[in-house]
Amino acid sequence: MTEPHATPLVSVNRLCKTYGGEGRLFGGRTVALKAVNNVSFDIAAGETLGLVGESGSGKSTTGRVLLQLEAPTSGDILFRNKNITGLSKAMLKPYRRDMQIIFQDPYASLNPRMTVGEFVAEPLDVHGLAGARSERQDRVASLFKKVGLDPSFMKRYPHEFSGGQRQRVNIARAIALNPAFIVADEPITALDVSIQAQIVNLFQDLQDELGLTYLFIAHDLSMIRYLCHRVAVMLRGRIVEIGPCEAIFENPQHPYTKALLSAIPVPDPDIERNRRPIAFDVNANLSPEEASLRAVGDRHFVLGG
Amino acid sequence: MAPLLEVRNLTVAFDTPSGTVHAVNDVCYTLEEGETLGIVGESGSGKSVHALSMVGLIATPPGRVVSGEVIFNGRDLLRLSQRELFEVRGKEIGFVFQDPMTSLNPVLTIERQIAEPLRRHFGMTKSQARARVIELLELVGIPDAARRARQYPHEFSGGMRQRVMIAIGISCNPKLLIADEATTALDVTVQAQILDLVRDLKRKIGTTVIWITHDMGVVAGLADTVQVMYGGRIMERGPVRSVFHDPRSAYTWGLLKSLPHGGRRGVNRLYQIPGNPPDLTKEPVGDPFAPRNPFATERCRLETPPLVDAADSTPGHQVAAWYDLRAELARMEVQA
Repeated sequence: MTEPHATPLVSVNRLCKTYGGEGRLFGGRTVALKAVNNVSFDIAAGETLGLVGESGSGKSTTGRVLLQLEAPTSGDILFRNKNITGLSKAMLKPYRRDMQIIFQDPYASLNPRMTVGEFVAEPLDVHGLAGARSERQDRVASLFKKVGLDPSFMKRYPHEFSGGQRQRVNIARAIALNPAFIVADEPITALDVSIQAQIVNLFQDLQDELGLTYLFIAHDLSMIRYLCHRVAVMLRGRIVEIGPCEAIFENPQHPYTKALLSAIPVPDPDIERNRRPIAFDVNANLSPEEASLRAVGDRHFVLGG
Repeated sequence: MAPLLEVRNLTVAFDTPSGTVHAVNDVCYTLEEGETLGIVGESGSGKSVHALSMVGLIATPPGRVVSGEVIFNGRDLLRLSQRELFEVRGKEIGFVFQDPMTSLNPVLTIERQIAEPLRRHFGMTKSQARARVIELLELVGIPDAARRARQYPHEFSGGMRQRVMIAIGISCNPKLLIADEATTALDVTVQAQILDLVRDLKRKIGTTVIWITHDMGVVAGLADTVQVMYGGRIMERGPVRSVFHDPRSAYTWGLLKSLPHGGRRGVNRLYQIPGNPPDLTKEPVGDPFAPRNPFATERCRLETPPLVDAADSTPGHQVAAWYDLRAELARMEVQA
């Protein structure tokens, strides 16, 4: 495995996404929710950054805003050092080829009326890369092979596939345009336990083969540890701790990270029976708005004083 | 002493337009009073359906209990009338389901919902029920219970709602509490609190529990006995330490081996169980895991293995397998 390059492929600077806060019809304002609050991080080429946090912490919103699926309220997103924030649809299109997303629910993200072959070929058509009919066919067949699907399945419809196979179809579509960067938003959460390892291995193989960069959003911390180079922990819209995987797991600094790690169930009765989860009261531990990340180790940062 | 629950040859099928789904096939087990049984399996393993069918909670049609007996407290639940089942559900057997958002009625106060089984089963007056509701909310760790009882579900967080669900589940002091993926929708930190609560309740009121989940880690911490299901069958069951440390079914072994176990990036690849979950519309023949089992023999494909005592293991450790997993693993080690 090659070590990731030091130059960032993706940079996020002081990203904010606020929902609500608009003026009401008869005066006053709706409550503003800071889903993503002043978030900054870099992802190096070939790196996997894990993003963890409880539901509602803003991790999925971060992924979506990063890909410009939603406009940020403020802040900048740099891709290969180019600021892509606020670009028009047409201007953004070439970047779309390089940045893809894989969603949690492999059932909902496929089109039930489209054969899976067409579904995988669609991005090629949209970007005018399909070429001649036979070329397009070959390209889709090779994508199917790459994700471990039999190319003879191309003519079938989504309902004929199991959850794991459907997620493979989604992955084939995501890599169809040879992207550099993929946001994977809880890609194994909805899969059967006996299938999760297959998909995790596929993610790693594709990274080794194609040099992909991932933002891997998940709440299963044991998989994060297995898959990621670095981890960012989010709480109420803010990154409270970010650092190399080993530093976070071996030497967590923020009380929330500690609580989160202590809560992972371990599949061993001898360990599990003696595990004492650390309690954490979110409201008593929120950092003040002006708090910033400070270094506590090599590339390891924690929010607050 | 007779066991609290005895499931004998339970078989459940669903008649669907695309064929008969064989959801539960010939499931047999017993549960002693005070025991916590963890049932692990993935979707389609029959773990939830078998529990729901025991108390008449599957939609009929399309579902139907093909055969079997479920002896609970001396009575066969499958022979009871709907009216008699009403008396069993909630009162003798309590339930906690996965999604605390959809299982609570949004337009009724928490108090109304917890009090409902109390008033129905015990004929409590409003004030009697109220006292019990507050007692229950305190028991499941909801602070400021008297005020919270008058609130509506949307005023509670996910974890608090699941505590309310558990309060409803145990409100009538049931002999058996069945929890179906009760912590799956929750964040890990909240899940840890709920699991602590359940352990605490077992200590305090000694409830017998069936905890259904797909998470091996949750079972490891909670259960006395673990039962691994696949394709509608029990593949393996036994004392939790014995099954986790010395699995005899290739499915259990594969599941445990496919988890990262604190492993790091790049150190080794995860073991992956090959293939896909079984197609339950096919007539169940042989060992359902055989198509995905690297150790399967011809016999596994043709003949269904019975659930029998595992050789040289802890009493109560049973496995359904024609192959000898220990011998196969030893052979693998020699080759490596």
